[in-house]
Amino acid sequence: MTKSITINLISGRTIQQGVAIEGGKEKANYRTAAGIIELDPTDLKKLGAWKNTNVRVTSPYGSVVVKATETTQGPHPGVAFIPMGPWANSIIDPNTYSTGMPTFKGTPVTLEVAANEPILLGIELVQKLCGVKTA
Amino acid sequence: MTKTITDVICPFCGTLCDDIEVIVSDDGKKLLEVNNACVIGTEKFLHSQSSDRITRPRMHQEDGSWKEISYDEAVEYTAQMLAKARKPLLFGWSSTNCEAQSVGNEIAEMSRACCDNTAATCHGTSLIAIQDVGLPSCTLGEIKNRADRIIFWGCNPAHAHPRHMSRYSIFPRGFFTGKGQMSRKLIVVDPRVTDTAKMADMHLQVEQGKDYELLDALRVAFKGEWLPDVVAGIPGEKIREAADVMKSGRFGIIFFGMGVTQTLGKNHNIDAAIAVTKDLNEYTKFSIMPMRGHYNVTGSGEVFAWQFGFPYAVDLTRGFARYNPGDTSTIDLLTRGEIDAMLTIGSDPGAHFPISAVKPIAKMPSVCIDPHLTPTSGVSKLHVPVAFNGVETGGNCYRMDNVPIDCRKVVEPPEGMLTDEEFLIKVRDRLKQLKEAA
Amino acid sequence: MSEYIIKNGHVFDPVQGIKGDKKDISIKDGKIVDKVSSSAKVIDAKDKTVMAGAVEIHAHIAGPKVNLGRIYRPEDKLFSCTPTHGMERMGGGASIPTTFKTGYEYAKMGYTTAMEAAMPPLFSRHVHEEIRDTPIIDEGAFPVFGNNWFVMEYLKNHEIENTAAYCAWLLRATKGYAIKIVNPGGTEAWGWGLNCLSIHDPVPYFDITPAEIIKGLIEANEYLGLPHSMHIHPNNLGNPGCYETTLDTLKLAEGFKTKNKFGREQVMHLTHTQFHSYKGTNWGDFESGAKEVTDYVNKNKNITIDTGNVTLDETTTMTADGPFEHHLCGLNHLKWANVDVELETAAGVVPYIYSPNISVCAIQWAIGLEIPLMMKDPMRCYITTDHPNAGPFTRYPRVIKWLMSKKARDAQVNAFKHKDKVLSQTSIGSLDREISLYELAQMTRAGPAKSLGLSAMCGGLKPGMDADVAVYNFNPDKPVANPDDIETAFSRCAAVFKSGIQVVSNGEIVSTGNKRTLWVDVHVKDNPQVMRDINEKFVKFYSMTQNNYEALGHHFVPNPYALEVDATQA
Repeated sequence: MTKSITINLISGRTIQQGVAIEGGKEKANYRTAAGIIELDPTDLKKLGAWKNTNVRVTSPYGSVVVKATETTQGPHPGVAFIPMGPWANSIIDPNTYSTGMPTFKGTPVTLEVAANEPILLGIELVQKLCGVKTA
Repeated sequence: MTKTITDVICPFCGTLCDDIEVIVSDDGKKLLEVNNACVIGTEKFLHSQSSDRITRPRMHQEDGSWKEISYDEAVEYTAQMLAKARKPLLFGWSSTNCEAQSVGNEIAEMSRACCDNTAATCHGTSLIAIQDVGLPSCTLGEIKNRADRIIFWGCNPAHAHPRHMSRYSIFPRGFFTGKGQMSRKLIVVDPRVTDTAKMADMHLQVEQGKDYELLDALRVAFKGEWLPDVVAGIPGEKIREAADVMKSGRFGIIFFGMGVTQTLGKNHNIDAAIAVTKDLNEYTKFSIMPMRGHYNVTGSGEVFAWQFGFPYAVDLTRGFARYNPGDTSTIDLLTRGEIDAMLTIGSDPGAHFPISAVKPIAKMPSVCIDPHLTPTSGVSKLHVPVAFNGVETGGNCYRMDNVPIDCRKVVEPPEGMLTDEEFLIKVRDRLKQLKEAA
Repeated sequence: MSEYIIKNGHVFDPVQGIKGDKKDISIKDGKIVDKVSSSAKVIDAKDKTVMAGAVEIHAHIAGPKVNLGRIYRPEDKLFSCTPTHGMERMGGGASIPTTFKTGYEYAKMGYTTAMEAAMPPLFSRHVHEEIRDTPIIDEGAFPVFGNNWFVMEYLKNHEIENTAAYCAWLLRATKGYAIKIVNPGGTEAWGWGLNCLSIHDPVPYFDITPAEIIKGLIEANEYLGLPHSMHIHPNNLGNPGCYETTLDTLKLAEGFKTKNKFGREQVMHLTHTQFHSYKGTNWGDFESGAKEVTDYVNKNKNITIDTGNVTLDETTTMTADGPFEHHLCGLNHLKWANVDVELETAAGVVPYIYSPNISVCAIQWAIGLEIPLMMKDPMRCYITTDHPNAGPFTRYPRVIKWLMSKKARDAQVNAFKHKDKVLSQTSIGSLDREISLYELAQMTRAGPAKSLGLSAMCGGLKPGMDADVAVYNFNPDKPVANPDDIETAFSRCAAVFKSGIQVVSNGEIVSTGNKRTLWVDVHVKDNPQVMRDINEKFVKFYSMTQNNYEALGHHFVPNPYALEVDATQA
């Protein structure tokens, strides 16, 4: 059975994500910048995953495949970070609790290694989740 | 020969740097080089020149393909959509100029729409807090000239506002801060050891989601009252030390970001941060400022406010302006399924809304006005590419401290492309005809 | 352009000395004329009062602090929303109405010109965007100078010529109208959480006193010969005993004479005098200093004032007096907003409820009325509410009622919870004067227009002047049965013309007119030193570049009207 861990997910900006959105969200570079999950080395170890392995992230609100990377802004054991974008937004807690603001930070998620599952491109991912027909 | 254009405004983030130099070809058609901007800003200017750019509106077809149409056809679709809709939503406005926002508001008034900007997913909760408890703030030049205590709370300018620290907050030598960085103490509060936190004199690595507790503990520490050993993952001793650093400055500022606005507690976190700021004014001078994201999200709030009276989440469906976050706010309207047509401009909800709020957009008549291909354009029925605001057209914008700066046009847009404002004016005029005929 | 003739109205025009005589007013091509052709459209003003369009000399109606008030007070819109209606865009807000509503409300009351009283220069582009979106009325804005680093550095060495050159530069950069001072020195001290409460408190670091700033700016103003005088909100606003600071401030104008081509006679305009006319040592023995202040102003002809009438409403206070708003928040504990502006000024905003059940509020109400009733020359005292600070401008008709009717004042005094205190701490009970319609026209038209240097253009009905005309449903021949009829009549005009275009008919907006932005374009001798200083401050201390500072272009000032001043020979 694949190992899985539960972790607290937050999302936010990175400079790579910023460059990628201005460079074109249809490009692979956007996926490289934002289709990732930054993990503390201790959490990578718990998951039993090498860095740069594809992992499936699942929350009560959805599921998405991203690449697990070792954080450069740590240590932050127990906290995982996906840069803001469609990958994070596939799984974050959309509840606003009447404030208008979804709960982008602080969603408990489950991680499991999914080495052979593909990471979709940004636009592709959203179109697929929305059931939009593409040519 | 080339031409150098100085004092160019960067249309990326709320820092709204206005010292960019852009080198363009002699005929003013090609943008060759960008100086002074950060790596994101540079990319923004240069990407406008890419050869694979979409230059004409496109309709999504039954078979999933896109068909190029004329701007006039795009105007007709948009106006018809708004004329027929019972509760349309005009969303975005944060990456366009105030003139386009004004025209958008006329359209919203005519079509009795809901209108909202990207504060919906960034500083909307800050606005709620400001409405609850006020906002002692200042302009960024005050920070540069006076501030000796800088707090970044739940924000990471090293990544999100790359030139903020060098232009305003940490490094510049101002009138009373001649030693630059040496005259300032930097405290960063963040659950991660961010690249901003690495520069700090003191990093409070708050337990994620416990910002309110830590802010409250600071208020206790200011008054020298009892604190538990550990609050929000931070030892009481360290909290006292931070409180002393804040109180002992001559002029301090708290910059805050998504770390507090999007975390549970939301507006209440900001309430507490503003209360901390007010408390500190009993001892010294302190200000607080939201780190606004889009380069003109602030302007959208300003224009909404002077025209409709509210800064975001405005509902005009009853013929006058209403405001009630949670009820009239975009995420809630979409997830409750109340919206029956959507026009997006100057933002990308497809990428930046929770997927459950994006799915309804894909199912309704929808228009996405955006120079880029985005997840939003990917799920909209009509994609209208436009000239890049701040690059191919000018117009007024508001920096994160509400200072207005007029953007500059540096190159011509590709032949025949309309600006946001030009397209919206056509939609407005057509909508007026439709409304008068009805 | 169409011709109009307003027939048979009772005309009140201090410019021509007309005191209610039945006269026809003719309008052609935007101006008042002697006569019009027979094809002119006739407006029947029989049994009505006809005056020039009113001139607002001091209100906070456009710009960053006004909009901050709108943003942070959704509750202000709760019962004040107005739907899209005819020509009118939707609006909202009671004490801080949206821009469209602001324009409509002024016009419906017969106002055709208004001055935004405090423009932070760094935010001039914002101020002008809001002015652009305020329909109908002509507007100007006063940039604030009293805490400006350039001004303080020049005046420390009494460099009047340099100060004047800088003022001229800033008026052009901001498309500003006049030199405004707010809490001189005190707002700069607020940068460090401090204040200047008297005219002799030194400003931290800058080594100058408020008195030197005030005198210096009077001199610079007269050196340039600007249309308006230096316009001041003195130190120590709103505190018991502040009338002494006010008198100290007024005395600084002694010996100065004006020199201008605009017909202005004063060298200092003291604004919202009510807030500066308090005696007593605390809120318990708080009393009126209106007599002391008006006695002084009555004797000194080189000063004009406006009133700042408290209207007993819930409102939103906002001022460039940053330390005052912090102080006020300490008194009422309502939400406090503040904006310090680099090198220039600051602003604060706090909601306030002037409750008739609180003795201080009731006394403030009385002081606001004592001042105009004690002023001998209505040409030097203008009605304001310092909108929205003492109350919203939409309450002018009520203030007019109180001024015109002793009966209305007595009714209000009797309604106060602390009536005895009001009567013992002020002399409102013994003032029997009732302002006449002619005096009202002086206080709201001819007077403010003259003080602003606009007397050739507006504030009167003399042929050649702009055709700004208001017709009220008020018959001066009939005794007033009920004072409330005065309020009703002045709330909604029967007809209003702005530059010859009919903008209001029967209280409804019928045209959005041809709104102009008034600003003062001063030409001075080349001054390389000042230009170098400006350049240096932008390079070193401002957070934006000099080349992006000016309010330029159609989207800021679509319809400018510049008053040209030649100070090159000064």
